[in-house]
Amino acid sequence: MSGIPHDHYEPKTNGEKWLNSRLPIVGLLYDTLMIPTPKNLNWWWIWGIVLAFCLALQIVTGIVLVMHYTPHVDLAFASIEHIMRNVNGGYMLRYLHMNGASLFFVAVYIHIFRGLFYGSYKAPREITWIIGMLIYLMMMGTAFMGYVLPWGQMSFWGATVITGLFGAIPFVGDAIQTWLLGGPAVDNATLNRFFSLHYLLPFVIAALVIVHIWAFHTTGNNNPTGVEVRRGSKAEAEKDTLPFWPYFVIKDLFALAVILVVFWAIVGYMPNYLGHPDNYIEANPLVTPAHIVPEWYFLPFYAILRAFTGEVWVVQFASFITGGIIDAKFFGVLAMFGAILAMALAPWLDTSTVRSGKYRPMFKWWFYLLIIDFFALMWLGAMPAEEPYASFSLIASAYWFAYFFVILPILGVIEKPEAQPETIEEDFNAHYGKANADATPAE
Amino acid sequence: MFKKLAIGAAFALALAPASTFAAGGGEQHIEDFHFSFEGPFGTWDMNQLQRGLQVYTEVCAACHGLKYVPLRDLEALGYSEEQVITYAADNFEVFDPEEDDFRPAKPTDHFPANNGVGAPDLSLMAKARAGFHGPYGLGINQLFKGMGGAEYIASLLDGYTGHEKEEAGSILYENTAFPGGWISMAPPLSDDQVEFADGHPATVEAMSEDVAAFLMWTAEPKMMERKSAGFVGVLFLTVLSVILYLVNKRLWAPVKGKRLD
Repeated sequence: MSGIPHDHYEPKTNGEKWLNSRLPIVGLLYDTLMIPTPKNLNWWWIWGIVLAFCLALQIVTGIVLVMHYTPHVDLAFASIEHIMRNVNGGYMLRYLHMNGASLFFVAVYIHIFRGLFYGSYKAPREITWIIGMLIYLMMMGTAFMGYVLPWGQMSFWGATVITGLFGAIPFVGDAIQTWLLGGPAVDNATLNRFFSLHYLLPFVIAALVIVHIWAFHTTGNNNPTGVEVRRGSKAEAEKDTLPFWPYFVIKDLFALAVILVVFWAIVGYMPNYLGHPDNYIEANPLVTPAHIVPEWYFLPFYAILRAFTGEVWVVQFASFITGGIIDAKFFGVLAMFGAILAMALAPWLDTSTVRSGKYRPMFKWWFYLLIIDFFALMWLGAMPAEEPYASFSLIASAYWFAYFFVILPILGVIEKPEAQPETIEEDFNAHYGKANADATPAE
Repeated sequence: MFKKLAIGAAFALALAPASTFAAGGGEQHIEDFHFSFEGPFGTWDMNQLQRGLQVYTEVCAACHGLKYVPLRDLEALGYSEEQVITYAADNFEVFDPEEDDFRPAKPTDHFPANNGVGAPDLSLMAKARAGFHGPYGLGINQLFKGMGGAEYIASLLDGYTGHEKEEAGSILYENTAFPGGWISMAPPLSDDQVEFADGHPATVEAMSEDVAAFLMWTAEPKMMERKSAGFVGVLFLTVLSVILYLVNKRLWAPVKGKRLD
């Protein structure tokens, strides 16, 4: 593995040498764990561990839940109640899995916005960023299909609405939708394939996580200054970095424990707070709920989907020049996926040579506005599709696109960045009294 | 600045459950009853649950089923095994495919489903309704008052105004808790309709509260176990956090020295 110079694993005993010449797995683990990590990482850098924990939590609880769950339209809802009432500790397994999804998304959103602020997506970390976006997309797919499995009212109608999005694709939409559902409507075939994929995708995510880690272990972590680690020699690199173990492992575990206090309190005391009461009603294709609302983590993009109605001139214009092929519904679908694509394209849309938002006086404010915009969209996604929410949604959606396609490219040209520290060491020593020269590893 | 904003944002996010956004129509009035099982340390009031079971059995069961609730679970309400056997056999009949006939229910059976008049099953009703919403779709009310499923049920049963109207051939009854204000269920309770063994007054309000508490139990029978697991977990993780904090501080001390800014 290329990257920052550091000590590598040296097999000492004959046994170690024997294994290492056949399978250098200890060396691989050693290099992964001892990776030189910028020592000025702040608390925004702890969410990676939280995400890894979430993936493990969801897989472990999920595997046990599957032992008691029945993927059939007549039995699924009852099997969840069986888990809640009869399975030992089943209520905790199920509530952990349910709320684990929410923690997963809290963590991934903070992780993504951290990357957006500190410019973690910029060269040479584009691959890490793109893999991350793929993981995020897969997470959304997995969460969506998982939500269908309890076969409650919101499961059924959420699945109906979201798969309906594919029906909006011109010409082939209906065929694709039927193919996805395994029939003309959401039914047993749909439930079974969602179950199958819900079990499969987390392992695909796990594989992508390995690639994600591999990629940033090659480039090295970004850090709050955005200044690269000096890698002329090992001694130089050691002035800027500390090994991941034990320094960052312990720091991250501390943060994880604090986050888990809150998480556990929610699971123990208010496990249904983030859910929807309608999902405790068994799915009924004949009764449509008064309000079909997706889970909170989909709301910002759901708001963008609904924002582009037939009354918006952009939509009318798109419909006019395409001869009606792009109608309002399809436009909304394009906008929703486009909003995620915009994030994925950030490495090529951002023209600034300065990585960290800390040293970009104008960028900062546009970024804070993006955060506010994100929460505004989340709120609007849950409100009924009527005025004044429709207009607000349109403005908020417009800002989302403007940020990526207009503001990021222009800022790089017109903005005068502030002075950045020369090295990570300089930044670190500006905060802490002890120069790192005399730093010794803890006993 | 980024820090403050993001912390505020994360907090706001925690306050925004999707469930609260779907406000029911009409002017609902949900009374915030104080149930014994509320809060982190609230526990079931066994007498209340037993009274609630009695109201359910004598009144609600005529139209509503409890199909997800095993009869054997009633032992959790303080009944003996024999009492549950007697209760099941005396009150319910279930269809047995092996005998190809109905037979008296046993504790191993569930409460029967009841699809007679199209009344909804009540097993999960206390979790399938939210009593409190908003404000402005922010979910703050639910954060402080709870989801309010039991409150909704009690308010509904106690919320009839006495007015009725005929619409499309069926009679609707005005109810201050029901979304839209008019419900097709006739007022099910009247004062002194049941006689409680413990001498508890059987007003409509008291019976409403009792049966609402009972339905909270049917919806979430493991609530006490869950809350104690929550308590143990929070305690354990807090101690773990403190330990990790100290380890982390000590680990970094030689590297960091004193903080300057």
